[in-house]
Formats: sequence, structure tokens, C-alpha cells
Amino acid sequence: MPVLIYAENADGKFKKSIFEAVSYAKAIADQNNTSLTAISIGDVAVDELSALGKYGADKVLNVSNDRLKTFVNQAYASVIAEAAKKEGTDIVVLSNSFSGRGLAPRVAVKLNAGIIDGAVSLPDQSGGKFIVKKTAFSGKAFAFTELTSANKVISLTPNTYKVVETGGTAAIEDFAAEVKEGDFKVMLKEIVRSTDKVSLPDAEIVVSGGRGLKGPENWGMIEELADLLGAATACSKPVSDAGWRPHSEHVGQTGIAVSPNLYIAIGISGAIQHLAGISASKVIVVINKDPEAPFYKVADYGIVGDAFEVVPKLIEAIKQHKAIA
Amino acid sequence: MKILVCISNVPDTTTKITFTDNNTQFNANGVQFIVNPYDEIALARAIELTEGNGSVTVINVGVASTEPTIRKALAIGATDAVRVNVKPHDAWFVAYQIAHYVKQNPFDLILTGRESIDYNGSKVAAMLGELLDIPSVSIIKKLDVNGDSATVEREIEGGKEVLSIPFPFVAGTAEGVAEPKIPNMRGIMSARTKPLTVVEPVAVDVNSNIISYETPAARGQVKLLPAEDAGKLIELLHTEARVI
Ligand SMILES: Cc1cc2nc3c(=O)[nH]c(=O)nc-3n(C[C@H](O)[C@H](O)[C@H](O)COP(=O)(O)OP(=O)(O)OC[C@H]3O[C@@H](n4cnc5c(N)ncnc54)[C@H](O)[C@@H]3O)c2cc1C
Ligand SMILES: Nc1ncnc2c1ncn2[C@@H]1O[C@H](COP(=O)(O)O)[C@@H](O)[C@H]1O
Repeated sequence: MPVLIYAENADGKFKKSIFEAVSYAKAIADQNNTSLTAISIGDVAVDELSALGKYGADKVLNVSNDRLKTFVNQAYASVIAEAAKKEGTDIVVLSNSFSGRGLAPRVAVKLNAGIIDGAVSLPDQSGGKFIVKKTAFSGKAFAFTELTSANKVISLTPNTYKVVETGGTAAIEDFAAEVKEGDFKVMLKEIVRSTDKVSLPDAEIVVSGGRGLKGPENWGMIEELADLLGAATACSKPVSDAGWRPHSEHVGQTGIAVSPNLYIAIGISGAIQHLAGISASKVIVVINKDPEAPFYKVADYGIVGDAFEVVPKLIEAIKQHKAIA
Repeated sequence: MKILVCISNVPDTTTKITFTDNNTQFNANGVQFIVNPYDEIALARAIELTEGNGSVTVINVGVASTEPTIRKALAIGATDAVRVNVKPHDAWFVAYQIAHYVKQNPFDLILTGRESIDYNGSKVAAMLGELLDIPSVSIIKKLDVNGDSATVEREIEGGKEVLSIPFPFVAGTAEGVAEPKIPNMRGIMSARTKPLTVVEPVAVDVNSNIISYETPAARGQVKLLPAEDAGKLIELLHTEARVI
């Protein structure tokens, strides 16, 4: 029974989070001595599809039905469930992206499967069990969750599993999915792209600003720093509440949870609700003029000082670093 | 328009999360429980959309101790409330109970929060959609009604989608949909007398169990650098932490 991975594309391309999910699914397939089948829905070029073989997919089911060119969770869930049944799959893996959240639970219900959302570890299958570590309490804790159903759905948190290149090749098969009219009630009217160069949930580096920056007019240096690092920008809740930055940048317990390699917090106090959303970051840097700021308790590196002096110095230092490297 | 708002009863956001019994039980000792913050947003929008024309029912799957949270929702402005009298086991269990209720008591629109800030994670909305065989959108930033359909904005990586969806459907609300409402005195007084119906759960096969919990590993001591030494920080991030 092969493992099935849903390879979500963004404008015909696969992002790093999908290669992570394919690598993760491959490791689960290895645990179970089985093969890995990927399914792609929409308009993706053959080269891009066969690249999934590099990360361990033995076969790629390509669904290029005209009606399925743009994402509709209800219809995509039907297609993935149909593929799972045809392949005889009992484990389906997805990435816990915005679309994945609308999709994975529907797939699980269709397959009578238990579901783990936001997985951060491979399943522990010792003793015939199936236990996966996942985030809980909006990042304040982890829960080891056991699935007891025959079928299982897992959605993987981006940036928590390393991409592994196995160097294989994938056979591409067309998969003619049946489409039901009732699955297309949602109509896409428009896609609005934000001007951010790096999207926050995918970012490996995040530069985040808080109320200590005083006002939206001071975000120029935050953006410059982010640009130099190839980072996404983020903010604390009061900053987005005040309209200095868009809500989509608000991280924390009631915003989005991120797990980048590097999180740089500038002028943010480190309230418990903020820390909830960023505690999965691998390295945390704090810049705050108050040495007593709670954020320092969870930081790896810190500069105690005025952001308006420190950030321009950091920008200079990175420029120099880049010039040498 | 008849709207159902699903509310979950969660630890206050300032709660330091700890566990007991060898990390197998959440330690609710001294914890203040609140309406899940995203559900407050859903409730606020539901009240705005039904002003003078419709009703807002709130539903909670939970034991009697969740009633203060339900009364809070009534004080904010819900018309009536339903409590499914059982401890919520997981998202699937909750969605199944709510779907069962909705099959007997149909609604035009079902709102949830984008996620409950405790155990679960953005699952109930899509599960409800699937169980009821109606559309679902898991994370929305905006919701406007035009006749027999709604226009919603869905968050995606690097932007948003604008969607048109006919009723009935399920949507999980996030910030931007509405500002949470604070109950006023009249609301608090009337909440006591608004109808709160308790219904018994239906049997459902459970397929997941939490075995134990863990809190994030403590980090080592922070390395503090003087303000002049920004260059040194970049060097350390490169050579020691290896993140740039
Ligand atoms: C229900 C609820 C949910 C919440 N959810 C979230 C959430 O998801 N995310 C979130 O972020 N917050 C959340 N909060 C808010 C949270 O409690 C804090 O109020 C918030 O995180 C504080 O934001 P801040 O650190 O930017 O501002 P402040 O607390 O005002 O801190 C500003 C910091 O900047 C420093 N500073 C000032 N000037 C300078 C300077 N020139 N240079 C360097 N440093 C400077 C100060 O020393 C201070 O530490 C929530 C609150 C509630 C009640
Ligand atoms: N016990 C519950 N009773 C009623 N609604 C719930 C319950 N648990 C979760 N929900 C709803 O489902 C949403 C998403 O929860 P979840 O999928 O568990 O993250 C919440 O914001 C609530 O609207």
C-alpha cells in the first residue's frame, strides 16, 4: 500500500515546503517498506512533475482536468480521496499550508481516516502504534497524538522536516479523476498577490517589528534588513491592530505561527501570546532597548539597544558580509 | 438569515501551559477559560450580518463547566445557544456532533474560528463542510453577504483569493472579518434569560488520542552583545548559528 503525497503547486511550481513533505512521506514509505506516489492537480509542466522523483516519489499521478485548474478544496479533496482508493493507500500526506488546512480534514472524512494536523515529527510506529508529534496550544506545547484508524492523514508543518534528495526518477501517469458538479459551488473571482517578496509562512528568515518602532513610517529599515536577508517581514499584534502593517503579518497565538530558521524580533517585548507563535523558530535574535524585556528569556542572541541605532548598523554589517562572501 | 457560530471554550491566552500526571493531562488548575478569540470574531460578524433580520445560534460541544463561556457569547449578542453535553475528544468528534445537530436544524451559514487555540488546529470547519456535503473555506479574512451568496476573502501564501459562495456553507474566520464585541450591561442582563438548550451527544468512532504532551525545550542562555557590535552578531549568525 503506497503512501500518497499531495504535491500542491503554486502557479505551476512546487515550493520548498512540498519537497519537505515529499521527503517526509518518502521516509514514512520507507518505514513501511512501501513505495511513494505523489498526486499533482492543475497545470504543472512535466519537468517539474518528474523533479518530485528527486525527493523520493516513485510515481506521480498528474491530474490536468480543465475544471481543476484552480484550487477548490471540495473538488480537490474528492480527487485525492479517489486516488487514495485507487492506489490502495492508507496514509495520505499533505503540507499544512493555507490550502492544505481546507483540504486535509475533508480528505480525512472521505477516507474515514484519523488526522494529524501540523505534524513536526515522523510517526513512531514501534509496538504497532502510530504516534506523531504535533503542535498544540498554538505553539505553546506539543502533543504526541496516536491515530487508531486504518487510514491516516497527516499534514506536515513547513520548515520542520529537512529536504532529502534521494536522486530517483518518478514515472508520470495521467490520472483521469471524476468530477462532480456539486464540488464546484465555490467560484474563484480573483487572486490578489501581495507585494511581499517572501511569503511569511514559507520564510526561512523572518524580520519582525513591534510597537517599539513607534510608527509605520519607520518600517523602511525593517524592509531593507529583510530584503538583504531574503527574509519575510512580520509584526506583533498591536502593530497590525493599529494598521501599521497588514493583519497577514501578525504572528503569535492569535496570528500565524511560524517556524523559520532565524527570527529577528525588533522592538517587541515578548508577551506570552507573541512567543506562542514563534517558539518553534530555530534561532531567535532580539533587539530591544530594555534589558529586562521578557523576550530575552527565550532568545539565542540579543543586542540591548535602540532599534534606530542598531538596525542601520546591522544593515551595514550585512552589506559588508555580502561583499566578502 | 440563520447563522450558527461554533464556539470553543479555551484557556485564556495569557495561560502558561503546563501538564500533570506525567505530562498526560492538561493542568487546568487556576486556568481562566474564555471564548476562543477567533470564535469571538465569527460571533461579532454573525451579529452584524443578522441585525434586524435573522438570528445567531451559538453551539458548544462541552460539559456543564463551559456554560460561563456560552453565557458570554449570549451577552455579546447571540440569540440562543446549544450545548452538546460531552467532553470534546478531538476535532472529528466535535465536527460530528455539530453536523448531527445541523442536519436536524439547518442554517444558512455556519461560522467557526480559524482554529481553536488549544488542542486542535483548523480542522472543524472543513470537516463540517464534508459531513454536511456543503462548501467550506477554512481561513477567511472578509465576509460580505449579497443575496443568496457571499463574497469571502481567503488567505493564501503571498496574497488572497476572492471567492463567491452560495449558501449554505461553512467558514472559519480570522482577523479582519470583524472586530470582537464587548458585552454591554443590557447584554449581560439578558444573557441570563436567553434560551440555552442542552442536547445529548451521538455515538461516534474515535480515531485519535493524545498520548502525552511536551513543552518546547528551554533555550540556552542568551548571548548578549553591546549595541556597537552589530557586525559581530552577523558573524555569529553566519559561523556559529549557521542561519545566514
Ligand atoms: C487575547 C489576546 C491575544 C493576543 N494575541 C497576540 C498575538 O497573537 N501576537 C502578539 O504579538 N500579541 C498578542 N497579544 C498582545 C500581547 O499581549 C502584547 O500586548 C503584544 O505582543 C505586545 O506587542 P509589542 O511587543 O509590539 O509592544 P509592547 O509590549 O509595547 O513592547 C514594545 C517593546 O519595544 C521596546 N522598545 C521601545 N522602544 C524601542 C527602541 N527605540 N528600540 C528598541 N526597543 C524598543 C520596549 O522596551 C518594549 O519591550 C494578544 C493579547 C490578547 C489579550
Ligand atoms: N468543543 C467545541 N465546541 C464547539 N465548537 C468548537 C469546539 N471545538 C472547536 N470548535 C470550533 O471549531 C473551530 C476550529 O477548531 P479546530 O478545528 O479544533 O482548531 C473553533 O474556532 C470553533 O469555532
